[in-house]
Amino acid sequence: MSNGNLEIRAISGHTGGTPGGGEYRQPDGSTHAGASRDYDVCKLIDTTTCIGCKACEVACVEWNGYEFRETTFDNTYQTMPETAWNFWNLIKFNEHQRADGTIQWLMRKDQCMHCEEPGCLIACPADGAIVQYTNGIVDFNQANCIGCQYCVTGCPFNIPKFNEATKKVYKCTLCSDRVGAGLEPACIKSCPTGCLHFGSKEDMKFEAAKRVKQLHDNGHADAGIYNPGDPDERTSADGIKSTSPGSIGGTHVIYVLNDAKHPENYGGLPPAPSVPFFVKMWKGPLKWLGGIGLVAGVFGVFMHYIRFGPKEVDKVEEVKR
Amino acid sequence: MSGGIIARPTTAIPEDEVQRYTFAERAYHWINAIAYTYLMLTGLAIFTPLAYWLAYVLGGPATIRYWHPWIGLIYLATIFWMHRMWKRDMQKIPEDERWSKNIRAYAENRDELMPPQGRFNAGQKQFWWVMLYCTFILLITGIIMWIPEKMPRELHWVLPITVFIHSATALITIAAFIIHVYMSVWVTPGSVKAMVEGHVSTNWARTHHRLWYEKITGRRN
Ligand code: HEM
Ligand code: SF4
Ligand code: SF4
Repeated sequence: MSNGNLEIRAISGHTGGTPGGGEYRQPDGSTHAGASRDYDVCKLIDTTTCIGCKACEVACVEWNGYEFRETTFDNTYQTMPETAWNFWNLIKFNEHQRADGTIQWLMRKDQCMHCEEPGCLIACPADGAIVQYTNGIVDFNQANCIGCQYCVTGCPFNIPKFNEATKKVYKCTLCSDRVGAGLEPACIKSCPTGCLHFGSKEDMKFEAAKRVKQLHDNGHADAGIYNPGDPDERTSADGIKSTSPGSIGGTHVIYVLNDAKHPENYGGLPPAPSVPFFVKMWKGPLKWLGGIGLVAGVFGVFMHYIRFGPKEVDKVEEVKR
Repeated sequence: MSGGIIARPTTAIPEDEVQRYTFAERAYHWINAIAYTYLMLTGLAIFTPLAYWLAYVLGGPATIRYWHPWIGLIYLATIFWMHRMWKRDMQKIPEDERWSKNIRAYAENRDELMPPQGRFNAGQKQFWWVMLYCTFILLITGIIMWIPEKMPRELHWVLPITVFIHSATALITIAAFIIHVYMSVWVTPGSVKAMVEGHVSTNWARTHHRLWYEKITGRRN
């Protein structure tokens, strides 16, 4: 893998093309003219083999150079309630009671999902504060961030986190710095059970389907892949679907879930994530109608002036004393 | 200076002119106008990438994000002061209905068809109430957008709705603002002078605001 994988596909709040020859992504998600696009990267998280050791949490904090933040004890093994501006990788622990009364202890590694259609990037007004690389990584650039937190409103996974001191927003980078240098993300490297995999999206979907097949064969009939809204509707030879409900075009972090019918049991994973309706309305029709309306308004009053001109004041001489 | 109206001990109003706005009214109007213009330009910068260059012109993107809500509070304070001063002048009078019906004639400068108007005409009143109510909406939504980090996670779903309402309301005020500026600067010469120097010619007053003119001068023509 080369630095070519970090060529830019989309930029927040940006007009015109992308640097490095890449064309701005078309609304239908197609053309990336000019950009080299070796392949999409993807992280596969097999929740069924996660043992909740938190090695990935530590590796993430270490690689990104943050102090270990204070933990919050809430009667579970979970380090804190949700990810934080300087804590991007959190194992969520959930005790789920099945219908027959038995308990399932579910663990899921929570982090940015690197959406194909990232709500954060769609909502962001600041030119260059969020970039999406051609390999699918969505990265924040704090130098350009203005701290408006619109990205928070756009994200279906509650990922971007605000730092009140720096007034900037931070989140998982999928180790774009490591990936650009040909390394795997730090969490992948640290995982002792091999439940984390990293590679091309194509390969990860293949690996995931293999694992789901194995789970099915072992009696876990509800096992499946979490990859919301991936347009690739293909089903593997074993009849495993590589996509799940949602409208964010698939994610560059995918899960194998033991109970794929109820992702919400895994610490609130949305069953069918989408960019919020009002974000789409605000960044779509409102932006265009508003812009056209303003130009039309200014033009309209100009036309009125050249047609009717100013009002005359009646001069009544006898008023003067 | 015989016959002139003394507005302030040092400021005399020329003989064929009448006082239209007091110093306080002018001061609040212009502080409000400057604040509004800043809010409009910084808001538009954040609203569309096509206007993002304004963010650099006005001091930098993160800087305008910091100041927009604070200037919003100044804007708010001045508009409430203006409300205190003007709310009686902004009430409907019976003539307003006919004025609004004939608004087309007004727009086409056939002013002889228009009923006499008070200190403000029905259109100005309309503008005033639109701005006042929209400001109220901008305030509520603006405060939520100011500190979204204080919003509990379960209520995050209101944030996109809030931004949508804030920008849609801002667009309504900008439409009203364009008409307001156009009318005062281009269509009714003398209005800018009224708001800067405080006085207008008697002819201006009689033409545009007959009832008000009759009331303050006691004249009938
Ligand atoms: C009344 C007090 C106001 C407050 C507290 C307020 C607050 C805010 C806040 C916190 C934001 C988020 C981004 C930023 O801070 O720049 C914002 C955005 C914005 N504001 Fe205001 N504001 C106020 C009044 C106004 C007014 C009078 C306008 C009139 C044009 C306006 C137009 C906008 C626009 C267009 C945006 C961008 C929305 C978008 O991104 O779509 N605001 N405002
Ligand atoms: S806070 Fe989020 S949406 Fe706002 S500029 Fe920063 S990255 Fe973009
Ligand atoms: S999970 Fe949230 S922060 Fe990550 S790419 Fe998707 S929308 Fe952006």
